[in-house]
Amino acid sequence: MDSPKKKELMLGNKAVARGLYEAGVCFISSYPGTPSTEITEEAAKYDEIYCEWAPNEKVAMEAAFGASLAGRRAFCAQKHVGLNVAADPLYTMSYTGVNAGLVVAVADDAGMHSSQNEQDSRHHAIAAKLPMLEPADSAEALEFTKKAFEISEQFDTPVLIKMCTRVAHSQSLVETGERTVPVKEYEKNIAKYVMMPGNAIKRHPIVEQRTRDLIALAETSDLNRVEMGDTSLGIITHSTSYQYVKEVFGDKASVLKLGMTNPLPEKLIRDFAAKVDRLVVVEELDPIIENHVKSLGIACEGKNLFPLEGEFSQNLIAEKLGQSVPEGKKLDDVIPPRPPVMCAGCPHRGMFYTLKQNKCTVLGDIGCYTLGAAAPLATVDSTLCMGASIGAVHGFNKMLNEASESKTVAVIGDSTFMHSGMTGLANVAYNQSNSTVIILDNSITGMTGHQQNPTTGYNIKGDPAGKIDLEALCRAMGFNRVRVADPYNLKECDTVLKEELAAAEPSVIISRRPCALLKYVKHKPALKVDTDKCVGCQSCMRIGCPAISIKNGKAAIDTTLCVGCGVCSQLCHFDALGSGAKEA
Amino acid sequence: MKTKNVMIVGVGGQGSLLASKLLGHLLMSQGYDVKVSEVHGMSQRGGSVVTYVRYGDAVYSPVIDKGEADYIVSFEALEAARWMAYLKEGGVIVTNTQQIDPMPVITGAMKYPEDVIGKMKAAGINVDALDCLKLAEEAGSSKAVNVVLLGRLSHHFYIDEAAWMASLEAIVPSRFLEMNKKAFELGKNA
Repeated sequence: MDSPKKKELMLGNKAVARGLYEAGVCFISSYPGTPSTEITEEAAKYDEIYCEWAPNEKVAMEAAFGASLAGRRAFCAQKHVGLNVAADPLYTMSYTGVNAGLVVAVADDAGMHSSQNEQDSRHHAIAAKLPMLEPADSAEALEFTKKAFEISEQFDTPVLIKMCTRVAHSQSLVETGERTVPVKEYEKNIAKYVMMPGNAIKRHPIVEQRTRDLIALAETSDLNRVEMGDTSLGIITHSTSYQYVKEVFGDKASVLKLGMTNPLPEKLIRDFAAKVDRLVVVEELDPIIENHVKSLGIACEGKNLFPLEGEFSQNLIAEKLGQSVPEGKKLDDVIPPRPPVMCAGCPHRGMFYTLKQNKCTVLGDIGCYTLGAAAPLATVDSTLCMGASIGAVHGFNKMLNEASESKTVAVIGDSTFMHSGMTGLANVAYNQSNSTVIILDNSITGMTGHQQNPTTGYNIKGDPAGKIDLEALCRAMGFNRVRVADPYNLKECDTVLKEELAAAEPSVIISRRPCALLKYVKHKPALKVDTDKCVGCQSCMRIGCPAISIKNGKAAIDTTLCVGCGVCSQLCHFDALGSGAKEA
Repeated sequence: MKTKNVMIVGVGGQGSLLASKLLGHLLMSQGYDVKVSEVHGMSQRGGSVVTYVRYGDAVYSPVIDKGEADYIVSFEALEAARWMAYLKEGGVIVTNTQQIDPMPVITGAMKYPEDVIGKMKAAGINVDALDCLKLAEEAGSSKAVNVVLLGRLSHHFYIDEAAWMASLEAIVPSRFLEMNKKAFELGKNA
C-alpha cells in the first residue's frame, strides 16, 4: 500500500534535490552557477548524500563519473556556460556509458538574469548524443529526476536534465516519496571505460544504436504527452513555454508537450500534426524542435512568429498568435533604471577605485566584481567567461609590451581563480608576459550567494576542509612578486598597484577582505556626515556607493546600508565623513 | 477559481523573498494551487527585483504579465511606478512610501521623479501607501518592512487573520515572531 504522500510548495531546484534523494543518489559534485546553485545546496541538507563544491564543472563532472563507475548513483549540476567547461568529459562519457546511474543537470538562463550569454543547452545534448529531459514545473522536476536515473541505467548513458530560470526558481506543489538506494558492483571493463581509439571506435556504433532505442522510448514514454483540445491549432512545446501556452489557450488548442527533448520522436509528431489544422512550435531560444519537425517534411510555424532572444510569457504567446493583450497604465515620467550595484562596504570597490585613478586597462572576469564595469566606476574593459581575465591580459601584454604592461591588469575573484584562473596564471609564468594579476579575495563565492571554495577552508556543509594558500600557490608557479593589499585602505592599494605595474616582472596582487555580507564580518557603525564641513563637492560619490547620495546639496548617508568601511571618508578633503562610533 | 496574481517588487536585499515565502505558505494552506517565481543571482545586488505569486484552482504560468496583477506589493515608491503597467484594471497597489535612489540618480545622471505616488493616484490607480520603514522600526526592526506590507495587504485580501498568523509562525524564526506579529498588526491597522 502506498504511504500517504505529503504535498509541499517547493522551488524547482529543491525538487530536483528531492528527486536525487528519493532516487538514492549517493554522490553529488557541482560548481555553483545561477540558476542551478540551489540543487546542490538543497541536496547537501540530506545527510545520506555526499555533496561537495568542486573547483569547476569539469572536475565535478569527472568526480561524478568516478562515483558512477564505483557503482553509486551520481549527479552534478551547473549553469549553461558551466556545461561548456564540463563538455569535454561529458562528450566521451556518452561513449563509456555509466555503471550506476549518472545524471547531469544544466540550467539555462534565457533572458540573462545572471549570465553572460543565453546559449541553448539542447545543442549539447544533440552534439554529445545524450538524452535530455526538460521538466516544466517542480512536480516534474522531482519526477523527471527519478526517471532520469532509470533511463541512465536502462540505456547505459548519462542523462541530462535541462532546467531554465523559470522552472529552477519557481515554487510549485510537489508530492514527495521515500528514498531507495540501488547500488552496483564495480567491474573492470577496459573496452567500455578506456576511450582510446581502438575501443572508442567500437563504442561509437553502440552510441548510435542507443539513440535509435531512445527514439523508440520517446515515441511511447509518458515523458511526452498529447493533450487534445480544439484541433484548429496544434502547439508543440516544452519546459516553461508549455505553461505559457496552457495559460493562454487552456483546452482551446491541442498541445504536444515534450518532456524529453533529445532525441525527439517522429511518429508521435507526425500523428499529432495530422490531427491539427495549424501547427506551431513554441520554444524559447533556438528552433531545435521546429527544425526537427521540418526535417520530417512537416510544415510548421515557429521562429517566424517567436523571437530567438529572451524569455517568453503568456502575453507574448497570446500576441504572436493573434490575440489582444493588455498594456497596463504608465506614468509620463521617465523611470530611472535600477541596475544591480556593488553592495555598500563591498571590498571590491576600493581596488576598482584605485584602478580607475591609475587609468588602468582592466581585463575582467565573472563574479560580483563584473559590476566594476557599471557607472560611475566603469573600470572593467572586458568580461568573457570564467578565468578569461588572466588569459586575456597575457595576450594583450604580449602584443603591446611596454605600452600596456605598466597600466594593464587582470582582476579575478578567489573562487573564479580556483575555477580556471590557475591555468591562465601558469601561462603567464611559463610564456613570460610582464602581467599584473589582481586576485580579489573576498573569501567566498559571492554572486551565486555565498558558497565555499578551495581557498576558504570550509566545505559545503560549513565544516573545516582543506585550504589552499593563494600566496604559496602563486610563488610555487614562479611568481617572485606576490603582494597583499587591503582594499579598504586606498593609499595601500595605490602604492602596491603602482609598484607592481612598474616592476619588470609579472606579479600577483591579492586584494584581501571578506565579503561585507558574510555573517561573521563585524561591521563598524554607519558613518555620519558633518554638514558644517561638507561643501557638497561630491568627491565621495565617485566610488558609486549605494549608501551615499546628495540631499540638499550635501552628502547624505543611508544608515541602514552603510557598514562603516570608511572608503568614502578617504576621498573627503574636508574631513566631513566621520565615524559614527562613540568615543571610548 | 480563476487564477489571482500578486506581484512583490522592491530593491534587492529588502526582504522580498521572505514575503513571497510567507504568502506562498498562506495560499497553500487555503487549499489553492500556487506558483511563486523568484529572482536569484546578480539582480539581488541592489537591483530592481520582482517576485510573482499566483494562486487559484490550477496555475500554469509562473510569471505575471502586463495588465494581469490583482495586487502589487511594493517595497519602494519608484518600484511601484516601474511595475504599475502590470496592474490589472481595478487592481490595488500597496506600497511603502520609502524612496531609495537608484545608481543613475545617485550619480546625478537621472532624476528621481517627484511625487510618484500622487501621480499614480492621479492616473486612476488605487494606491494604498504607507511609511512601512517607520512602522517596522516601531515594531522593533527596520528589516520588518516586508511583514508590515503583508499586514497592509491582508486588509485588501480576504483570508482570515488566524491563517496569516499560522503562516507567520511557520515561516518566521521564533525569536523574531513577536516583533513580526507586531509589524503585521501595525501594517494592517495603519
